[in-house]
Amino acid sequence: MSNFAPTGKISDNPKNLASLFRIPAPPARRKRYFGKGLPYMDLDDLRGYLVVVEGSDGVGRSTQISLLKSWLQVKGFGVLETGWTRSQLVGPTIDLAKAGHAMNNLTFNLLYATDLADRLEHEIIPGLRSGFVVLGDRYYYTALARAAVRRSEIDWVRSLYGFAIEPDLVVYLKVDMNTLFHRVIKSSGLNYWEAGMDQNPGCDPYESFCRYQSKLIRQFNRLSREFGFRAVDARRPVEKVQVSLRRQVAALLDIKMTREDREVRLLV
Amino acid sequence: MAKQIDDKHGLARDHGLPGKLIVVEGIDGSGKSTQAQILKQWLEAHNVPVFFTEWNSSPLVKKATRRGKKKNLLTPTTFSLLHATDFADRLSYQVLPPLKAGMVVIADRYAYTAFGRDTARGVDPGWVRDVYHFAIKPDITYYFKVPIQVALQRLLSARTKIKFHEAGMDTGLDKDIVRCFELFQQKVLDEYDRMTSEFGFEVIDATLPITTQQIMVRKIVMESIGDVVRRGA
Repeated sequence: MSNFAPTGKISDNPKNLASLFRIPAPPARRKRYFGKGLPYMDLDDLRGYLVVVEGSDGVGRSTQISLLKSWLQVKGFGVLETGWTRSQLVGPTIDLAKAGHAMNNLTFNLLYATDLADRLEHEIIPGLRSGFVVLGDRYYYTALARAAVRRSEIDWVRSLYGFAIEPDLVVYLKVDMNTLFHRVIKSSGLNYWEAGMDQNPGCDPYESFCRYQSKLIRQFNRLSREFGFRAVDARRPVEKVQVSLRRQVAALLDIKMTREDREVRLLV
Repeated sequence: MAKQIDDKHGLARDHGLPGKLIVVEGIDGSGKSTQAQILKQWLEAHNVPVFFTEWNSSPLVKKATRRGKKKNLLTPTTFSLLHATDFADRLSYQVLPPLKAGMVVIADRYAYTAFGRDTARGVDPGWVRDVYHFAIKPDITYYFKVPIQVALQRLLSARTKIKFHEAGMDTGLDKDIVRCFELFQQKVLDEYDRMTSEFGFEVIDATLPITTQQIMVRKIVMESIGDVVRRGA
């Protein structure tokens, strides 16, 4: 199902028909591990692309990813979505542990790493091997940002995630604290973890949210410089953000942006 | 063999806590649990406060491990990480608190089990050591060394059913579970041998009579943490 309004019937416009046969074929990029990697897993035959979308909770990542996915499929690409804490293996465990507040800093980091490792070996790498564009809703960087805020030992977290592979592109949906708060309160509302209540026990939820999320934003900005994220101003309307996101992905995949690609219309 | 952990690694630094940590390591069928139990009784008879902990799954990851095993989802890396999560949970709740309270903690298996097993399964030996950076250094680590055939004989004569993962059946080394156990545990043994000098294990010949081994075990306790025993008595 497409998330955006069709721009015309294929039969109406011969140019549209021709575009069906112009599926871009960008060259494959060699994948690398961040650290020591998986000795038993060869990365030579990975033909796909790993595109990661990072940014604060509530910034609109999933909306953007779902729009991007439909767009890429229209362009002829196979697309696979993979999301933080959504692994078959420990996704439910993380939910349970969060609900019961049973985690400490160590187990927190380890469970998230297990989640990514599971998705890497069962979704991301097989997807890349089959030539998919794999869209990661958050990645290793989320772990780094959170670990820094929670004062975990950063060198340890980095070596822990040494099995992860470097994405071909990281788009960073960047917002300020104030915009973020307005979005969050109107959509999902404040929750215990996103408000960082575990970090600021007994604190007022609004105060805690501001303190925790602004620390996270600072970390993301720092990581953005270190790893060369492509920052996109996510304070703008969904459609505008989507166009910026498409531009970044188009550059990676050798897609020529047409006028249609720049006119995102949302179905209401 | 090159040193694989740096000086900042938890296993390379003294823990500085009032209690003492004693670890028993060895493959299944080495008799390490038996020796740990006897040691515990002896220490308690000398009024030393002892806390015994085994590497059982913590409630936190029990379900995930079961799910992974049932659906055959586990890879060497996720297997390793789930165990590390378990270990972290156990360290936080079962090892560190009694050590802070000045007790002697006897741990049946420790991080070295993970190093041996996970490396035998194919993860990077340096990576798995990094993962356990948060571990603390035991005051004594006994390694109960036994040839595969002896261990296997003990397990089979006790009619213990060899478990799927214990035999390393997930590695596909052999379709026959006994043969697979031999091949997989031999790899683990090789890793233990490599770790002996790396981590300074006290090697006990686990083919000797139980009492002979226990005498050696107690001697080492008296030599390295004897003050604790004397204080208890």
